[in-house]
Amino acid sequence: MTEATPTSRVSAADFVPLTQIEPPAPRLAEAAIRERLAGAQGRGWWRSLDELSNSGDFQKYLEREFPLAAPRDMSPLSRREFFRLMGATLALAGVAGCGYQPAEKIVPYVEQPESIVPGKPLFYATAFERGGYAYGVLGEQHMGRPVKLEGNPDHPASLGSTDVLTQGALWSLYDPDRSQAVRHLGDYTTWDAFLGAIAEPLRLQRQKRGAGLRILMGTTTSPTMAAQLRRLLARYPEAKVHHHEPAGRDAVHEGTRLAFGRALNPVYHFDRAARVLSLDSNFFQDEPGSVRYARDFIRGRRVRDGAKEMNRLYVAESTPTITGAKADHRLPVRASQIEALARSVASALGVAGAAGSPPPAGVPADWITAVVEDLRSHGGSSLVVPGPHQTAPVHALAHAINSALGNVGKTVTFTAPVEVHFTEPANSLKTLVDDMNGGRVELLVILSSNPVYSAPADLNFAAALGKVRERIHMGMYDDETGVQCQWHLPESHFLEAWGDARAYDGSASVIQPLVQPLYGTRSCLELVQALVDGEARPGYDLVREQWIGRDPRYAARPEAATGAGGGPAFTGGAAGAGAAAGAGAATAGGATGAGGAGAGGGAAGGAGGGRAGTSQALVGSPEFERFWHDALLKGIIAGTASPAHTVGTATVPPASAPTAGGMEIVFRPDPTVWDGRYANNAWLQELPKPITTLTWDNAVQISPATAKGLKLNTKDKVTLTYGGRTLPAAVWITPGHPDESVTLTLGYGRTQAGKIGTGTGFNAYTVRTAEAPWFGGGVELRKAGGEYNLVPSQHYFSTEGRDIVRTGRFDDFVKNPEHPSFMQVGEHGEGELPTLYTEEWPSDRKSGAGAAHGKGGTWEGEGYNDLPIPAWGMVIDQNACIGCNACTIACQAENNIPTVGKDQVAMNREMHWIRVDNYRWGGAENPETVFQPVPCMHCEKAPCEPVCPVEATSHSAEGINEMTYNRCIGTRYCSNNCPYKVRRFNFLQYSDHQTPTFQMMRNPDVTVRARGVMEKCTFCIQRINQGRIEAEKEDRPIRDGDVKTACQQVCPTEAIIFGNINDTVSNAGKGSVVRQLKEGPLNYGLLTELNTRPRTTYLANLRNPNPALAGHAAPSEGGSHGSH
Amino acid sequence: MADTRHNEETFEVIAPGHTNESVTEKISGLVLHNNLPRKYLMALAFTGSVALLMIMGVTLVVIFGVGLWGNNQPVGWAFDIINFVWWIGIGHAGTLISAILLLLHQNWRTSINRFAEAMTLFAVAQAGVYPLLHIGRHQYAYWMFPVPNSMGLWPQFRSPLMWDVFAISTYMTVSALFWYVGLVPDLATLRDRAKNPLVKKIFGVAAMGWRGSALHWRRYTMLYLLLAGLSTPLVLSVHTIVSFDFAVGIVPGWHSTIFPPYFVAGAIFAGFAMTLILSIPLREICDLKDFITMRHLENMAKVMLATGLIVFYGYIMEVFFGWYSGSTYEKYMTFQNRMFGPYAWSYWALIFCNGLAPQALWWKHIRTDVRWLFVISLIVSVGMWLERFVIIVTSLSFDFLPGMWALYYPTIVDWMIFIGTIGLFFTMFLVFARVLPVISIAEMRELLHHHKHTSSVAEPQVDGHIRRS
Repeated sequence: MTEATPTSRVSAADFVPLTQIEPPAPRLAEAAIRERLAGAQGRGWWRSLDELSNSGDFQKYLEREFPLAAPRDMSPLSRREFFRLMGATLALAGVAGCGYQPAEKIVPYVEQPESIVPGKPLFYATAFERGGYAYGVLGEQHMGRPVKLEGNPDHPASLGSTDVLTQGALWSLYDPDRSQAVRHLGDYTTWDAFLGAIAEPLRLQRQKRGAGLRILMGTTTSPTMAAQLRRLLARYPEAKVHHHEPAGRDAVHEGTRLAFGRALNPVYHFDRAARVLSLDSNFFQDEPGSVRYARDFIRGRRVRDGAKEMNRLYVAESTPTITGAKADHRLPVRASQIEALARSVASALGVAGAAGSPPPAGVPADWITAVVEDLRSHGGSSLVVPGPHQTAPVHALAHAINSALGNVGKTVTFTAPVEVHFTEPANSLKTLVDDMNGGRVELLVILSSNPVYSAPADLNFAAALGKVRERIHMGMYDDETGVQCQWHLPESHFLEAWGDARAYDGSASVIQPLVQPLYGTRSCLELVQALVDGEARPGYDLVREQWIGRDPRYAARPEAATGAGGGPAFTGGAAGAGAAAGAGAATAGGATGAGGAGAGGGAAGGAGGGRAGTSQALVGSPEFERFWHDALLKGIIAGTASPAHTVGTATVPPASAPTAGGMEIVFRPDPTVWDGRYANNAWLQELPKPITTLTWDNAVQISPATAKGLKLNTKDKVTLTYGGRTLPAAVWITPGHPDESVTLTLGYGRTQAGKIGTGTGFNAYTVRTAEAPWFGGGVELRKAGGEYNLVPSQHYFSTEGRDIVRTGRFDDFVKNPEHPSFMQVGEHGEGELPTLYTEEWPSDRKSGAGAAHGKGGTWEGEGYNDLPIPAWGMVIDQNACIGCNACTIACQAENNIPTVGKDQVAMNREMHWIRVDNYRWGGAENPETVFQPVPCMHCEKAPCEPVCPVEATSHSAEGINEMTYNRCIGTRYCSNNCPYKVRRFNFLQYSDHQTPTFQMMRNPDVTVRARGVMEKCTFCIQRINQGRIEAEKEDRPIRDGDVKTACQQVCPTEAIIFGNINDTVSNAGKGSVVRQLKEGPLNYGLLTELNTRPRTTYLANLRNPNPALAGHAAPSEGGSHGSH
Repeated sequence: MADTRHNEETFEVIAPGHTNESVTEKISGLVLHNNLPRKYLMALAFTGSVALLMIMGVTLVVIFGVGLWGNNQPVGWAFDIINFVWWIGIGHAGTLISAILLLLHQNWRTSINRFAEAMTLFAVAQAGVYPLLHIGRHQYAYWMFPVPNSMGLWPQFRSPLMWDVFAISTYMTVSALFWYVGLVPDLATLRDRAKNPLVKKIFGVAAMGWRGSALHWRRYTMLYLLLAGLSTPLVLSVHTIVSFDFAVGIVPGWHSTIFPPYFVAGAIFAGFAMTLILSIPLREICDLKDFITMRHLENMAKVMLATGLIVFYGYIMEVFFGWYSGSTYEKYMTFQNRMFGPYAWSYWALIFCNGLAPQALWWKHIRTDVRWLFVISLIVSVGMWLERFVIIVTSLSFDFLPGMWALYYPTIVDWMIFIGTIGLFFTMFLVFARVLPVISIAEMRELLHHHKHTSSVAEPQVDGHIRRS
């Protein structure tokens, strides 16, 4: 990579300091003594001299002058004395640490703020940004501490769900490795020092009209940021703003430009698409609208309520993804062949300009014909989706195909780009590097970007950076780029700062903070504003100003202005300056201040929190305040979605030149650490990656056939050579990967990520080039000898012929909707078997709740008006599950589940309460994959319960298998006896009780477990209790949908349904949703032949294969037999 | 030794030519002397250092948690329970020899019962470490006992682990009592013969005032018989209950009704193997070939052969029922996992050690060759350890859902504690052999008495009162 080593930092010798530091002045200079004596006369003079000679300062002055006169005891300490003093110091420090109240005035809650009730969380709407695009979230805040992020049901990109990165964002807020204070050449300093130091270079740049000033940042969609940057460019007209987004969407915009002559933003409407063809698009994960897309797509696959239609998905992909796993027909195709495939589809459809294109080698012609026929018969309700990591011609071809099918305006619409670019994004970084190398850049400000790590290898960014005189880096971590810059400025997490961002369809949200910055951090908005104005203002003002300016009616009337002034942001609330003192102090500051920030977030009136006062400029009219209140409350600004443009006929680009032959490499953003910015996130690192289930590392993924050809095994160390650059890596054999191709995800091999991320995996950026950011040919893999310890969370992917996953075909289901043949397999094949156990199951389904427990009737005092007490149950719809693992990480956040680290995962001790099992069958070259999320089944006849010698696990009257941590002594017998193996044991002290920020992160409603106790899914019992309390306050039963488990809430596809099986009255007498689903024909229980009577059951997975493609690796019929 | 063997070895229960005096002299002489031979000290130093491994391992586990072991998510139990069951099994022979053979009037047991009982105690002591150590929160181990408390805690009696607690503590208690009661007359003999006043005093206190009066003997024999009666069901019950830890579970490979008898037979099998491992060097080193004769060794070999066949039958039945049950999981466990899975080596090694190797004992010349016996006993001990490995680790690694299958690898701490317990076991045995009579003096004298009267063995007693023979 770069020549930077983890500890390298620019030395003082090779830079010109921003400010000349004065040598420290003597404390009492001769001149000062003379001055003091000058005014004195007579006796006064003598007295002064006398006093002066006795004063400590004067003595020191003399001593400095005459070292021999220094007292003996100030000579260098002997070893003994040194230790004696050290001991005393430590002892006294300990005494001092013993809890004196801080000198500052603290105000107890004598009168409790109206909105804050201890123990009751508050929710604030805000937005999480991924690659600049907003995902609306609701942040759960307990007493000023954000503890969980949920999707915002009002936000179009979320609809109430989130993805794994959003869930992981909370951990980043509390990451103890976050940058906590301003650093100059590695030393801690203050924001004031930075502002002072930057004044002179900025003045110089103003004189030069900003000719030497460059800003480098990732993709932004923020209207406020755009406005700030425009102001900056107005002030420094010759300055330039460059963009570097390692996993950016350049091809999307290039593609529309090729097709329609201008950059556009395609928005897909999967809910209107009955037939979908994905051209290497992992639209469940990689698109800015993925969460929404997944939900829309799965709606079209839902067969509840007697649906007679189901959508069909064809996926041609260059690397196995979860989208391919859900496909009805999946085709592994090398990335370079996708264009030829798209062209042959276009040709078959008769698209002008593409005629006569044959399908690429290895793709059967009848496959194309069948797909085209199917798409054509669903003109207007079909959709072809090009992958963001494919080339612009593929995008243009897809748009042309969609035009030809009449899909444009129906299943796909085009809006103006959501991203704001100040330079052409595709060449932006290259231009900057050229300028840097040409000495034209004097002052470079890098905003929340890490180009030293993630810039394409051929640009050699690190070397160019050394040629820039003054380098300023702002980021959440003092990362690879931070250590190469003189100034590193700590950036606020999005839960700590004001901002705004737009979603995949253009809808804008205000990002409001949930907590006062834990450390002395500022946002990029505030920094840019300070660069423009020289003085800093709070981000709150900036965002409000931006939105006031949106509508003339929002401007404040003069008389409405109040004089509520306050210090500027950079000096106000400067507690952060002292953050270098340690996380502990900073945390305390954050905790006490957080309540204020929360209040500030809640209502317009108290906005700004304790952070900085409001200033005159940002008082809007009452209309504005209403608008603002609404925007904050809903988390989405109404009417900001971009309107659809009408586009002409797409032009078909000429065929691209073939890429270099030989083996190909495919780069993809990593499913858990994305482009590397989440590399230091323990939750995300430990989250198994879909398909491979790898944790803590990426790997060079290859197909089994290629591995055989190269005589490679999984975990073998290899040397990857691509474009003259080499990368030592390790191999992971992924069934379903195209042959003669390798996949390497971005985001690993960090050298300055922090304690978690440094040294994990292999850095794909070291071989990635600017011309071929996503794939290229001419790769060589050589066995390097030895094994690298790659740790997957799952080792066996075959069902071994067991009846544990049901999957069948949609036509079978339509033919026999009550008893589909694929449900009659294994132990369930012969109908009802004779049994000695005559109880109903679920046993509480009859009104006599608690019958299973031999009690009968209601649980005294807990039921409601003789209604049966709830019988909690869950249904997991495998037909909806896309295997994204969001449930796993959401559960981790909700239930204070610790991470255990790579070595413990290698020992199979990961703690996730809900895991997503992958099962494959069919040939290894293109297997069928089904996902099966497995939480605790809450068996009515739980095998874990009777074997516990201390009765630490027991059954509640509501049917929940409960774990009493206090009582557990850790025999692990329950885990051995659990056929689902969902219990998790704290083999070591996994929960971090020491780190102060982690103490703040935890959900206060859930016990933090100690070493030696067993734990497992509780059906989010804290949420059930919350629902019960609310219901009892209103004197009513708990309503269906009142209680949502964390995994249910996060699920983008609504695959997890939780509720009361006893509820026969909800939904107009049809009963709770979970009850209805359990009575449906696709419902089955896992391992029910063991008579465990699980309360969690599954809905079978369905595929809807094209009859015309019967001969092509058709998905299995029924059963789950096969091998891998 | 080999060339003189036939001159020394005898198939009588006691070599001819011994008198009461010579028996007493010889056995008590092993204790009442003042020299500590260099070899003895070296052996003690060696086993003691090995035992230190256990102390280190246990300390580490108590400080850092059971995560130092290799146990993992599917494999919740591993070396901890394997070793526990192994040691408990070894502990079975002593009580069987003392109690059941006593009740069955097998007087050849006399010369081996003392150290076999000691071996039982020491083995159960090793075993007892594991249930306390294997739990996650050692400080709350006492919650498994029905201790009245104000925390609302009471053990759950449905759990086989709970039954274990009672079975093992009862077994330990009764075994200790039985052993000690049998020691009392010998302690008095040592008291009477000791010259060192301190030793005399110690044995005097331990002998609890035994004077050898007829009334003492009458009470003694009654108590001994009662304790034998009490112990006899325990021999069968303890390992039956230990087997319930598995048989009650639903894990394929555990859930089997054959476990109780097959565990008991296995325990006796392992116990006799260990008794042979101890007695063969003991009779060489302490020159006890007159008392622990080839007759004893051969009898023990026969018991091993018989119990080994029962165990082997158990293995065959497991395979048969794996097929006959029709259960997917049982079939997979038997035919794919155990026989051909990643741990197949352990299964086939087990079949060799416990199934095939003991078949050599059908031949008398092997049964009477101490070298063969010693080697076969070692093989059987390894085999019995492997049996528990196969049952526990192989079954847990591959149970119901392939998605959670995973292998188990022991860590260094696992080995430290396991090897350490072996060291501690032998250390305790070495100390025992030095400070207490390894063979019951009183019973040997009695045996001599009967032997004089009847040249054949196992003759029922003639006089009216209850006598042991």
